[in-house]
Amino acid sequence: MSNEKIQAELEKYEANVAKALAKFPERKNIPEQRLYTPLDIQGDDYADEISFPGVYPYTRGVQPTMYRGRFWTMRMYAGFSTAEESNKRYRYLIESGATGLSCAFDLPTQIGYDSDDPISEGEVGKVGVAIDSLADMEVLFDKIDLGKVSTSMTINAPASVLLAMYIAVGEKQGVPADQLKGTIQNDILKEYAARGTYIFPPRPSMRLITNIFAYCSKNVPKWNTISISGYHIREAGSTAAQEIAFTIADGIAYCEAAIKAGLDVDSFAGRLSFFWNAHNNVLEEVAKFRASRRIWAKVMKERFHAQKAKSMMLRFHTQTAGSMLTAQQPNNNIVRVALQTAAAVMGGTQSLHTNSRDEALALPTAEAVMIALRTQQIVAYESGLADVIDPLAGSYYVEAMTDRIEKEAMEYIQKIDDMGGAVDAIEKGYIQKEIQDSAYKWQMDVESGAKTIVGVNKFQIEEEPPKGLLRVDASVGVKQTAQLHEMKAKRDNAAVQKALTDLKTACEDENENLMPHILNAVRTYATLGEICGVMRKVFGEYEAHVSL
Amino acid sequence: MDKRIRVLVAKPGLDGHDRGAKVVARALRDAGFEVVYTGLRQTPEQIAEAAMQEDVNVVAMSILSGAHPHLFPKVVDLVRGKGMKDCLIIGGGVIPEGDIPALKAAGIAEVFTPGTPTGKIVEFIKTNVK
Repeated sequence: MSNEKIQAELEKYEANVAKALAKFPERKNIPEQRLYTPLDIQGDDYADEISFPGVYPYTRGVQPTMYRGRFWTMRMYAGFSTAEESNKRYRYLIESGATGLSCAFDLPTQIGYDSDDPISEGEVGKVGVAIDSLADMEVLFDKIDLGKVSTSMTINAPASVLLAMYIAVGEKQGVPADQLKGTIQNDILKEYAARGTYIFPPRPSMRLITNIFAYCSKNVPKWNTISISGYHIREAGSTAAQEIAFTIADGIAYCEAAIKAGLDVDSFAGRLSFFWNAHNNVLEEVAKFRASRRIWAKVMKERFHAQKAKSMMLRFHTQTAGSMLTAQQPNNNIVRVALQTAAAVMGGTQSLHTNSRDEALALPTAEAVMIALRTQQIVAYESGLADVIDPLAGSYYVEAMTDRIEKEAMEYIQKIDDMGGAVDAIEKGYIQKEIQDSAYKWQMDVESGAKTIVGVNKFQIEEEPPKGLLRVDASVGVKQTAQLHEMKAKRDNAAVQKALTDLKTACEDENENLMPHILNAVRTYATLGEICGVMRKVFGEYEAHVSL
Repeated sequence: MDKRIRVLVAKPGLDGHDRGAKVVARALRDAGFEVVYTGLRQTPEQIAEAAMQEDVNVVAMSILSGAHPHLFPKVVDLVRGKGMKDCLIIGGGVIPEGDIPALKAAGIAEVFTPGTPTGKIVEFIKTNVK
């Protein structure tokens, strides 16, 4: 059918709609147009913009066979209490069919404090596992073969230290660094913008990140050196387009920093990975994943002149949206997570964490985690969604929305470029403000009823408080502190002091790569707090300025 | 004299999740209160000090990390210790129902859990502030 004919038919249809509307008014507050047709995607050139899986610009996926080869990695984020407790949960997950590990660290660990620091009081072991030194890391991976498993670590400001500990555990198990597989989040820019676990100011933080890129490209080549994360930006309240725009702007800043530090783009770009949110609007999310791949491919090719195909591929982990879980009628969250899983899979994710139904209330119980993992397995094995690559391609709606999200994101990226890049945009508070405004709008839409959240502002019921939530008891802090003091009494303290002094000297020389020095310190059982303490002294600490 | 209600919105502990705190701060401001937001990573001592310096009628704290049983009561003690007997202290975040009675016994006037409309917090403050 020619476009003219479609246009004529569309006009007839619109006339019918007008008649129908007179009788049956439509629901309000639907931002999308009613219907999409070939006219909405007439500008799309299949070969240039959509193309084939494994082919530039990777709109349809980064591998030629996607899930027909193997499913995405089912990777459940977990960690709480002590290393012993978390080790048990990891082994339970592996026995249940999880195919990768994902470590959650407690807040003191994420901000570079030991468990006995006064500022850690009340937080030890709460949102993740407490790691003070290599001794804890050895327990965390006890009886888990680092040569076989791939491990993702949600660690940012002290990523270099935790990676060094992982390398050191590998050494003890007899697994050489070049065989280690996994990811460190290592994405400091989104910490300033959305997540809050920063330590040092941007400049030394960017140095640590480029040091890791350089060190890993030679010594830990299978490691994903960064997971550039939109997840937390979305959780903080951004829209879908803002999520990918701000994150890709961060990605551009990391590439620029690495190139400025003398690295060749193709030496590190293939190890960059991304982390997206799977939110409630299924089709918008699929379009977002597709648009993100296309934007990154174009950025790497046109802006950074990458040569290797791998450098242009946006590989990503996904987590379902924690902020969309409701404390009300928590079993409904199982359904939300299933839909979000469907979006992530139709969007071509490389790995996935599914949230548990009880996470608006507390850390998940083992039973709730099992349902979340089973959700992925049901989508993989039973739903058929993983059988055909990029199954929504060609949908007038999904293709039009992919284009629209790309365009909207590119406008943001341009605006951030004009401000001098992501670091400047964050320092000016621009990105934070945009996210806050979207978060506030969301909340007001929920409160006005423009947006419906089942069980929250519609279909509420009287409920009994849920029973059997996971509790991390306060004695974890006491136990962890006792173990830390015992370890400090046993180690060679002269060696620790020497390693820390050496690290300090290295920090003061901007041209020195800090990774070997951190690794040496870790091997002597210097603690995370001691190592970060040295860096705090030399680098200073970031001070956020907040505007409402 | 019609004096505006002054509120300190605070993030005690190391938790970086401040979407809720910022949304609440803005809603309170839009409701006509004067709002001061502390930013992240405040110790209970810093919060009590800020409450006194800013001479607030209300301290509204948010924690999503699970550290509330430890940190909320500590803030109450320190604020009261500064002689602010009438200051209304409320909390919110990911807080299991079972923890609420102990927090109330410790002097937290009300706890607002996920899904609470901001209007409910505004009303509570208007009704209970001294």
